[in-house]
Amino acid sequence: MSVDAAVRQLRFRDPAAARALAAALGRVTRDIGREPVSVMHVCGSHEQAIARFGLRAVFPKGLNVIMGPGCPVCITDVPEVDEAIALARQGVHIATYGDMLRVPGSSRSLADAHAEGGHIHVVYSIGQALDLARSTTGEVVFFATGFETTAVTTAAVVLGAVPPNFSVLSAHKYIPPVMEIVAEMPDTRVEGFLAAGHAAAITGWGIFEAFVNNHHSPVVVAGFEPLDILAGLVRLVELVRDKQPSVVNMFPRCVSRDGNLRAQEQLWRVFRPIGGRWRGIAHVPNGNLRLRDEWAHVDARRRFTIDLTSLWDDAPPTLAHQCICGDIMAGIKSPSDCTLFGSSCVPDMPVGACMVSTEGTCRIWHQYGSAS
Amino acid sequence: MRTLVGDERILMKHGAGGRAMRRLIEEVLTEGLAAGGRPGDRGLKAMDDGAALRVGDQWLVITTDSHVVHPLFFPGGDIGRLAISGTVNDLSMMGATEVLGLTCAIVIEEGFARADLVRVQQSMRATAHEAGAAIVTGDTKVMGRGELDGLVLNTTGVALTDRVVSDAALQPGDVLIVTGTIGDHGFAVMAARHGLALDGALQSDVAPLNDMIRRVLRAGGEGVVAMKDPTRGGVASSMHEMASKAQLSIVIDETAVPVTEQARAASELLGIDPLHVANEGKAVIGVRAAAADAVLQALHAHPLGRRAAIVGRCVEGRPSVVLDTGVGRRLLMEPEGEPLPRIC
Repeated sequence: MSVDAAVRQLRFRDPAAARALAAALGRVTRDIGREPVSVMHVCGSHEQAIARFGLRAVFPKGLNVIMGPGCPVCITDVPEVDEAIALARQGVHIATYGDMLRVPGSSRSLADAHAEGGHIHVVYSIGQALDLARSTTGEVVFFATGFETTAVTTAAVVLGAVPPNFSVLSAHKYIPPVMEIVAEMPDTRVEGFLAAGHAAAITGWGIFEAFVNNHHSPVVVAGFEPLDILAGLVRLVELVRDKQPSVVNMFPRCVSRDGNLRAQEQLWRVFRPIGGRWRGIAHVPNGNLRLRDEWAHVDARRRFTIDLTSLWDDAPPTLAHQCICGDIMAGIKSPSDCTLFGSSCVPDMPVGACMVSTEGTCRIWHQYGSAS
Repeated sequence: MRTLVGDERILMKHGAGGRAMRRLIEEVLTEGLAAGGRPGDRGLKAMDDGAALRVGDQWLVITTDSHVVHPLFFPGGDIGRLAISGTVNDLSMMGATEVLGLTCAIVIEEGFARADLVRVQQSMRATAHEAGAAIVTGDTKVMGRGELDGLVLNTTGVALTDRVVSDAALQPGDVLIVTGTIGDHGFAVMAARHGLALDGALQSDVAPLNDMIRRVLRAGGEGVVAMKDPTRGGVASSMHEMASKAQLSIVIDETAVPVTEQARAASELLGIDPLHVANEGKAVIGVRAAAADAVLQALHAHPLGRRAAIVGRCVEGRPSVVLDTGVGRRLLMEPEGEPLPRIC
């Protein structure tokens, strides 16, 4: 980001405009005449921005903005973290994004592996992982997490010239299928979805039309500045009020109907969607992105025999089965319904997905007392 | 109680200036070491920037600090300047701006370049001169290659003062001033450490603050009631510590917090709040409302305080730090460990 871009962005944080939008959100919610009106966002960056700017303090009381399964850190599954830890124990350099360090695997986290002498490197981009591979003779594995937004950066690298000692452990996830899961959950109360602007910049907003037709739930694509989120919510609640299931793009400065065709082409050339577990939620059909056979030479899963048994001697996750993160991310339950929340599960020693990341529901509730 | 993940080993977060570090110090170190001491002195238990020992009708303030930084030379400073400034600033935060002397212990890794050591020495000398302080004794050790990362500097400082300013004396109604733009040091070091390509130069703010604080104390007198230098853990940690020790709530007006455009760009790019990022040439100063104008004026007249601003006020309530973002309100969390960049 350039300095100019950072300064321009401040326009979308204007306090007076934010107050006007918050007032409008209150009016539209009251128009509906019942409480609560429940909508869901499916992006950690949305929750991060809502928390970062303290927007819940200005949301109307009758509006329940549920945090959906949109935290890429939270939904990276235990076996995927274990694979990275096992590789580190096998002497491989693991490069990954910073907030993956504290995510618990079955018995420990990458931060623990680091404390035990494993070669764990925090990188800000896959490019830095490549640099690391070029500067060492050892094997470097990029532990690739995140949604289609970050998967395209991985794809671009795989398609380019890759050093011989570099490979990818893909834990990438694909968002559209999980929205189907949440919408189809029997207890779901979600009346509309706020979709992530950056993911839609890749996929295009058109991808949500089939979803709207199938589930009769409106979808609004929104950006990540406070005014983007407030304006997106106003539009979404209007669609709920008017019983108008349609897709509205409230982030036109970045998102088009078709999206970034070149990025899509690269994404699907490198990855294939397969079914797999999202931590705490469910098996998500087509929810995981794995490298296609063509890229086996950079696929860490095929390059190494990953010895997960090396982790079996460690303490088993005795509390993990009590975790209700799945229900929380589906909007069915609250952290306060969980027996672990705040006692056995706290940010310093998280049990479940949602206490791990600063974008996780439980972590945020723990920090702020409640979501309202 | 189950075995805590990472509980049996020291992790990097235990040195990051946040809650984990404070807990480690309280549980393992202060608990065992704080026994004894003369009644009336302000020692380990106060968990302040240094200790204050009664000598005649004055206070002898003493503080010590070990310095490691990677890289050793970074935009705007180096480990030598850091080591002198850190200790001078800790003394200053207790109201002791007239430094009697500094000590310096150096631990060097085998193979360290002599020319680099000379650069560090020159930087220490220049910074000490800037602070009007002298290094009066020292110690040198060399350790084997790989046993430490280049260079570790420890400095201890002593100073006399008539009045000790603690970090615990805030009252509802007091205002909080930061003495300039925040996050500059931490972001500059992060950028240098990780090779971040940001346009616009990020410069560390590392500097000795005793001259500026001397003027603040002169201008504000008894109205200056609490001071902290927001190093590791940033302004957020300092505010939490002050709120907790004074048992009140601090409300920060985020739009009033001075941040350079470069640091803001780094913050947006990395997803790291400048309030959580280390400073090495700034102070958070709590003043009675009546003294605020005089203190601000003194700061604005000093080269290191030109962008000083009132950023918060103290209100009654359970110990907490509330951030008014201009578009909403939330609690400001204390950093858990080293700030780490988010994925997306």
